Amino acid sequence: MNPATQSALIHGAVYGTIVCLAVLTSIAMGIWFERKFAGRMQSRIGPTYTGPVGLLQPVADVVKLLQKEDIIPRDADHALFNLAPPLAAIFSLAAAAVVPFSAKVISADLDVGVVYILGVGGLMVVPTFMAGWSSNNKFALLGGMRAIAQSVSYGVPLVLATMVPVVLAGSLSVSGIVDWQATHHWFAVWPILPGLPAFLLFYLAMLAESNRIPFDIPEAESELVAGITTEYTGAKFTLFYMAEYVHTMVGSAVAAALFFGGWDGPFAPGLHWMVLKTLLIFVSVYWVRWSLVRFRSDQLMDLCWKRLTPLGLGLVFLAAAFVQYWPGGAR
Amino acid sequence: MNQVITVTATRQSAVRGSVDPHLSIRHYDPDADLMLLHFGPQHPSTHGVFRMDLHLDGEIIVKATPYVGYLHRAVEKLCEKLSFVQQTPIVDKNDYVAPMTNEQALNMAFEKLLGVEVPRRARWMRTLFAELQRIASHLLALGTFCIDLGGALGGGSTAFIHTFRERELILDLFEEVTGARFHYNTHTIGGQRHDLPAGFAAKVNAALDIIEARIPEYEAMSLGNAIFQARTKGVGVLDGQLALELGITGPILRACGIDHDLRRDAPYSAYDELVPKVIVRQGGDTYARMRVRFDETAESIALCRKAIDGMPEGPINGYKPIRQPTMAKSAGGQVYVGIETPRGELGTFVIGGGDTPTSPYRLKIRPPSLHALSAIPYIMPGATVSDAVAILGSLDPIMGEVDR
Repeated sequence: MNPATQSALIHGAVYGTIVCLAVLTSIAMGIWFERKFAGRMQSRIGPTYTGPVGLLQPVADVVKLLQKEDIIPRDADHALFNLAPPLAAIFSLAAAAVVPFSAKVISADLDVGVVYILGVGGLMVVPTFMAGWSSNNKFALLGGMRAIAQSVSYGVPLVLATMVPVVLAGSLSVSGIVDWQATHHWFAVWPILPGLPAFLLFYLAMLAESNRIPFDIPEAESELVAGITTEYTGAKFTLFYMAEYVHTMVGSAVAAALFFGGWDGPFAPGLHWMVLKTLLIFVSVYWVRWSLVRFRSDQLMDLCWKRLTPLGLGLVFLAAAFVQYWPGGAR
Repeated sequence: MNQVITVTATRQSAVRGSVDPHLSIRHYDPDADLMLLHFGPQHPSTHGVFRMDLHLDGEIIVKATPYVGYLHRAVEKLCEKLSFVQQTPIVDKNDYVAPMTNEQALNMAFEKLLGVEVPRRARWMRTLFAELQRIASHLLALGTFCIDLGGALGGGSTAFIHTFRERELILDLFEEVTGARFHYNTHTIGGQRHDLPAGFAAKVNAALDIIEARIPEYEAMSLGNAIFQARTKGVGVLDGQLALELGITGPILRACGIDHDLRRDAPYSAYDELVPKVIVRQGGDTYARMRVRFDETAESIALCRKAIDGMPEGPINGYKPIRQPTMAKSAGGQVYVGIETPRGELGTFVIGGGDTPTSPYRLKIRPPSLHALSAIPYIMPGATVSDAVAILGSLDPIMGEVDR
């Protein structure tokens, strides 16, 4: 093993561990924050009994969930059923590897980081469908079916939205795109025309990819009981639950990096800015979640293929035109 | 009429147009791979313990069969055994979202059977209570409908908790009068058990002001929302003629464009003096049903204001209030009384006489929700599982009165 590989491995191991722990901790606090936030939206006060202002609520939640009996349905496909939750957790965390949390804090600075993120994000559908299929439950199967339709469809606008910063910065590396924004301008600010709509498109596709309201169709609890997680209990359910939050959190971080200049910002170290931007986007996901009702599966497809996909194509062309013809737009 | 229907995306509307609820699945497209989904009774969106067997082609329903009876409590049989004056608290539990109107219906039937007059003040109080109950019930219907659309962990529950907050104001008013928040037992044969407390009019007006001020907020949260409209418009279209044939009444019938409201068409209590404006909407879809309920809430607020402002003075019972079982004896005869509850026509059919003159020989309750559920085999096919939840929610069934 040559020294360069060795150092990259050590770097990846150290920062990967730090990033994973940081993401998981912020998920726990994020859940507390969401419960408080939702409480305020609904004129209640949210958790109060566990610790000061209910801060230990996520701990109580996790301890409760881990204590529960682990039930595997008799007729379930045991191997797939048991494999799905850890896979979901792994795939959702894996995308965090190439996100630059500051100029230095990045587990693996891949040249094709954007492609990696899209690939790993797309893989999430595999454990989801494994869960839906192996549970041997009709509600879970319907949920898995919807998950595949949704994930396959929303991959397309997600890729197109991601293409806009890639074209504008001329780089497939996430840190490269952030660097370019730090030296020039944030893509959500300028060029305003492909930039801001591309962020909104990315945001919508991200909501759909991470199964958030108004696109939480695979686990629509009022229709499909709990969708793919109907038969899961205890620790396995916790993993799915966590994977969903991690997916949203990492998606928010990617959005912050691709469109809002990542760690770029005045006065404070880069890490602060990155965390702040990520959390703001994360909170907006909650805001949407606790305000809207959900779409129907076919309306979701309609929105994706008839509106968002053509819009995404148009934005990519605009970005290319900007780079080619706008004075000073060329890299 | 056994037709072979191939359900594809383009032919959904054809299925909606000519639904045969008795369609045998054997006559369905034999190549289709159908799935039988037991929807309920333990399902978060079945509004209690209701069960549907859905035959699904993909996610599209080709046949829906409703099953009721999971909450059967033999209320009608029980009423035959109890004396007339004992039955009010029993029927409170039938439509547990609108107990006031249950009591009113039962006692009005007994009054008609026994030939008892009700003083004017008691009639006005009944009208006031019924309209307050209508507001509370419609608020609950809207909130639970939003949960059906948006999930218990999302925007739906936000709307739900907001409507519950205002419903609470009305329960507080009822508590002020009767001492109970839910099962009031305040109607008696020939009058009311509890008179209005001092200063009640001001409290009613204050509560109504709060609710009225928040109506635009609900509008923005639910009916005015683009996703809400996309989920409800054109979904579960019920034909007016079919609704009449199935005996459907109340907001569901008025959403089909049929102008029918017992409060105006066959006035009872104080509705001859307080004539309500009947809300009618066209379309017969899920959106129209929720729209009728929503607009009726505003109309009921206006009626409540008139009722509390014009509340006449006087006794709330006859010369001798009927409290003992021996004071209410039936010589025989049979009566039917129908009143307009928040869900439609709640009918009570009583036959007097029999072995014990102090109790009915037979009592039959005609719950509006049961008739509403009978539309399911006609309006579900062609919809998706998501629509099924929306359609069921818009029918607003209360299983307590369906199964009795």
